[in-house]
Amino acid sequence: MGKQKMTPEEMSAKLDEVLSKYKGQGQKALMATLQQAQEIYGYLPLPVQRKVADALEVSVAEVYGVISFYSFFSLKPKGENAISVCLGTACYVKGSQALLDKIEDVLGIKNGDVTKDGKFSISACRCVGACGLAPVIMVGDDVYGRLTPDEIPGIIAKYKEA
Amino acid sequence: MDLFRAHVLVCCGTGCTSSNSAKILEQFEQQIPAQGLEKEVKVVQTGCFGLCAQGPIVVIYPEGVMYYRVTPEDVAEIVAEHLLKGRYVERLMAPKHDGAQAAENTSANDSNFFKKQMRVALRNCGNINPENIDEYIAHDGYQALGKILTEKRDPDAVIQEIIDSGLRGRGGGGFPTGLKWKFASGNRGQGITKYVCCNADEGDPGAFMDRSILEGDPHSVIEAMAIAAYCIDAHQGYVYIRAEYPIAVKRLQIAINQAREYGLLGENIFDSGFSFDLDIRLGAGAFVCGEETALMRSIEGKRGNPTPRPPFPAIKGLFGKPTILNNVETYANIPVIINKGAEWFASVGTEKSKGTKVFALGGKVNNVGLVEIPMGTTVREIVFDIGGGIPNGKAFKAVQTGGPSGGCIPASLLDTPIDYDNLVAAGSMMGSGGMIVMDEDTCMVDIAKFFLEFTVDESCGKCSPCRIGTKRMYELLTKITDGTGTLADIDALEEVALSLKNGSLCALGQTAANPILSTLKHFRDEYVEHVVDKKCRCHVCKGLTEFYIDPEICKKCSLCAKKCPVNAITGEVGKVAYSIDTTKCIKCGACIENCKFKAVKKR
Repeated sequence: MGKQKMTPEEMSAKLDEVLSKYKGQGQKALMATLQQAQEIYGYLPLPVQRKVADALEVSVAEVYGVISFYSFFSLKPKGENAISVCLGTACYVKGSQALLDKIEDVLGIKNGDVTKDGKFSISACRCVGACGLAPVIMVGDDVYGRLTPDEIPGIIAKYKEA
Repeated sequence: MDLFRAHVLVCCGTGCTSSNSAKILEQFEQQIPAQGLEKEVKVVQTGCFGLCAQGPIVVIYPEGVMYYRVTPEDVAEIVAEHLLKGRYVERLMAPKHDGAQAAENTSANDSNFFKKQMRVALRNCGNINPENIDEYIAHDGYQALGKILTEKRDPDAVIQEIIDSGLRGRGGGGFPTGLKWKFASGNRGQGITKYVCCNADEGDPGAFMDRSILEGDPHSVIEAMAIAAYCIDAHQGYVYIRAEYPIAVKRLQIAINQAREYGLLGENIFDSGFSFDLDIRLGAGAFVCGEETALMRSIEGKRGNPTPRPPFPAIKGLFGKPTILNNVETYANIPVIINKGAEWFASVGTEKSKGTKVFALGGKVNNVGLVEIPMGTTVREIVFDIGGGIPNGKAFKAVQTGGPSGGCIPASLLDTPIDYDNLVAAGSMMGSGGMIVMDEDTCMVDIAKFFLEFTVDESCGKCSPCRIGTKRMYELLTKITDGTGTLADIDALEEVALSLKNGSLCALGQTAANPILSTLKHFRDEYVEHVVDKKCRCHVCKGLTEFYIDPEICKKCSLCAKKCPVNAITGEVGKVAYSIDTTKCIKCGACIENCKFKAVKKR
């Protein structure tokens, strides 16, 4: 997503910085902490959950409970190019299911998975709010609108080379 | 202060930003000084104009000329022609439509797009720079709050004003806003902690009015929340907003910071002794958090499980304290009611639904976008006059309102005047204002299944009617769309639907069956067709659709056979027309996509 890759040490230091801000604040700071932790790591693996739980003085179960409840939080890493297909109502009636089928077909993986080389992942999302451009997909932060399935291979090829 | 002879307004809402409006803004900022016009022309980034289908949109004042689907490459021409020489760039002034025949229902109807609207909640969207508090103040901003605080108005009188206006909650439920405030207003001045919250967790897919208001006019919400806080004696507010709306979050934060700088938030506002501050809490993608009790649990950092009511939030809400929770659009109406009076507001609309309502018009309609209409406008006026009708000459089938909690309104009810009660009577609901148009190619059973898949996903799992019921209904619908359903399945669907309605804890479960019940009510024949005739008239349900090649049209080119991944197509180049072996066909559609002569069809 255009972000530079951090080393594990840098990520850990960044996380400590975030945690020191919320230290001991308990449950009410949990969502904000997790959002910032996910921004650093891209997802929320168990060691990160443990550190968050310790810093906020809540149980790991509590932390895991919140992560698994909200779809914004991810327990799995995403691909370098995260593709999300909008399956909101406006996009759906304009054929976004066919876009999703085509992307699965081209990449050979299913919705929710990551390609073996870690380059792409697919997820379906509910409305990115660009209903005027329906049907819409996003690759990282780039938005592609008014698409038909035959445009999909070209779009994916662009990111393969990069 | 500099006076400018012209203003260039560039829409920077999410829709237009997605199609590159930031680049367009940048281009104007380069091209205008390049022509030496920087002292005469001002460029302003605004929120959404509403006509998203034609974005990115640029409007130039004083003429009010609107340019559609502008590209960064067009900017130099607009600057050189329009701004320098005063000649309009006419090729960008006609709205463009997708699809073959659009010309006939364009220009005349597009002026209708704005003519039939009445912008109250959206009054400033697209008119002001949302990142500049002075522009809001210049449009009567903070006047309502100022009047109330400096005149030391009686909070009960302000609440009465809101009650008299007839304003009802715009988030879906339609509860009278003033009453909500009244319930939370007890024990003022006794040092009891209370909260004012704003629900900006717009989870209904296809609805984006709350986002547009926060992106285009964030101060109106801040002002209204401060007024609400004054009425009930609260000093802290929270806006709960989706993390998926980065532009709205950013602009709201800028607005909060500016309001603090101007002393419109914080200690001792307008020297009145009243203090109020506001913070943002980000949601994390859970539809159920649009439900008020779930939303408050989420602000507390917990899983967003709803809790039983009573106790109502007005008595025991956020952190166990009395709390007001209203939706973004509801708040956006408040300053206008205070400034223009309850009587004015109540003069707009129908008997039981006052004022205006914003709808996000989407789906199979020409003018996709955001429209605000007086209550009582008919569905037909919205779809055909404002929306410009259905693209590609297709026939209208239904409009869906209320998202996953709502239902479909068929063609026979097109003349229903829109208000809370009429929509419920038609088997749908107001909801937050998503309005998705469906044409003859939309299968109603498939749409019901689509919504159920959504609710299965989003059910929080706390109460069993919703957790189990949505799943069972989804399974039944899958059976029907696969072609293995029976008439008994339709009866079973209805039975489960009714138990869900009666037995669920919160509105998510109570309304989850609405997409099924309303399509059963208005389109039962399509369900019966699926189970008895094993047919999907729209060829959407793959299990009930067969692909075939019309030998009359087939040019025997063999392209389809080459593209078929399972070798189901046979024939001979130039000699024998190709045909599909339906036992092998996996209905992937590759042949349809590749046939240049449209010989591959579905039945």
